[in-house]
Amino acid sequence: MPRAPRPFADPYLAGVALGLVLLTSFVWAGRGLGASGGFARAAAAVAAAAAPEATSRNAYFAGYLEPAAPIWRDWLVVELAGVFIGGALSARLARRQTLGVDRGARTAIAPRLLMAAGGGAVMGLGALLARGCTSGQALTGGALLSVGSWAFMLAAFAGAYALSPAIKRFWTAA
Amino acid sequence: MSDSLLLAFGIGLAFGWTLERAGLGRATKVVGQFTRTDFVVFKVMFSAIVTAMLGVFWLSRFGLVDRAAIYVPTTYLMPQALGGLIFGAGFVVAGLCPGTSCVSAASGRGDGATVVAGMLVGMLAGGALLPFINSFYGSTNRGVWQLPALLHLSYGGVVLLVVLAALAGFGIVERLERA
Repeated sequence: MPRAPRPFADPYLAGVALGLVLLTSFVWAGRGLGASGGFARAAAAVAAAAAPEATSRNAYFAGYLEPAAPIWRDWLVVELAGVFIGGALSARLARRQTLGVDRGARTAIAPRLLMAAGGGAVMGLGALLARGCTSGQALTGGALLSVGSWAFMLAAFAGAYALSPAIKRFWTAA
Repeated sequence: MSDSLLLAFGIGLAFGWTLERAGLGRATKVVGQFTRTDFVVFKVMFSAIVTAMLGVFWLSRFGLVDRAAIYVPTTYLMPQALGGLIFGAGFVVAGLCPGTSCVSAASGRGDGATVVAGMLVGMLAGGALLPFINSFYGSTNRGVWQLPALLHLSYGGVVLLVVLAALAGFGIVERLERA
C-alpha cells in the first residue's frame, strides 16, 4: 500500500521561507520574483513565430523580444522553469505527485477544466494590463511598498471576492 | 549556463518548492481564501511580504544593501487597478494564480496544466488587443511611487504600519477559520 502524502507545511513558516527567497532575490539579483512575465515572454515567442511582421510592430510583445536573447536564456523563463522543477521535486518528495484534477465535490472534470482554461485566459489578460501578477506585483511590489502594486493587490482581492458568490458552488462540497 | 541564469533557476526552484510545501499547488486549497474556509493564501502572502520588507529595511539600515539597487515596479495606477480586478476574477474561477498553476501542473494536476495553457492564450489575445487600448495601457504613469510618499510617512513608519496590519489580518483570519 502506498504511504500517505505528508501534511502541508505551516502557512506562516512557509510564508517566512518564501519571504527569504524573495529577499535573496532582491539582494543578489536586484529584482523580485515573477511568474506571469515568463508566460508573457513565451507568448511573445509564439506570436513572433506565427506572425513575425505583426509581432515586431506590437509594442507589448516587442518589449519582451527586444533584448534578443533566446528564450531559454531569458531570466523570467529560466526562473519559471525553476518554479516548475522545484514544485515537482517538492511534490514528489512529499508523495503528493499524483495525476488528477483538483475540483469541487459537485463539479465534474469537464466543467472544471473549462473553468481553468477560461479563468486562466482572463487572468492572463489581467496580468498583462497590470504588468505582473501575484508574484511580480503583489509579493515583489508589495514588499517594496510600490503604490501600483498595492493597488493591484487590493483590486485583485476585490475582484475575486466580488465574483466568489457566483462561483462558490463550483468549489464547495455542500 | 551563466551565473545570472543559474541564480534565476535557483530562485525559481526555491520559489516553486515553498509554494508546493504550503499547499498552494492545490486549487481546492487556494480557493479556501474566497470560500472563507482556509486562508492559506493570505497567511503565506503576508508572512512573505512582511519578511522580505523587514529584510530590505534592516539590511539597508545597517548599510548592507543599497535600496536604490533594487528594481521597484513602476506604478501605472489605472491599468494596474483594472488589471487587478480582472486578474482577481480570473483567479477565483481558475483556482490558481500564474505561479501556483505551474506548481499544480508539476504536481500532476490537469487543472493546473489547463490554467497554464489558458494564461498563454489570454496573453496572446491581450497582446493582440493592446494596440487598441495603448493609450489606457500607458496612462497614469507615476514612475517609482511608494507608499511613504503617498502617505507622507517615513519608510520605517510604513514598514511598521504594514507589520501591524498583517498581524491584525492574521488575527482576523484565524478567528474566521475557527468560526
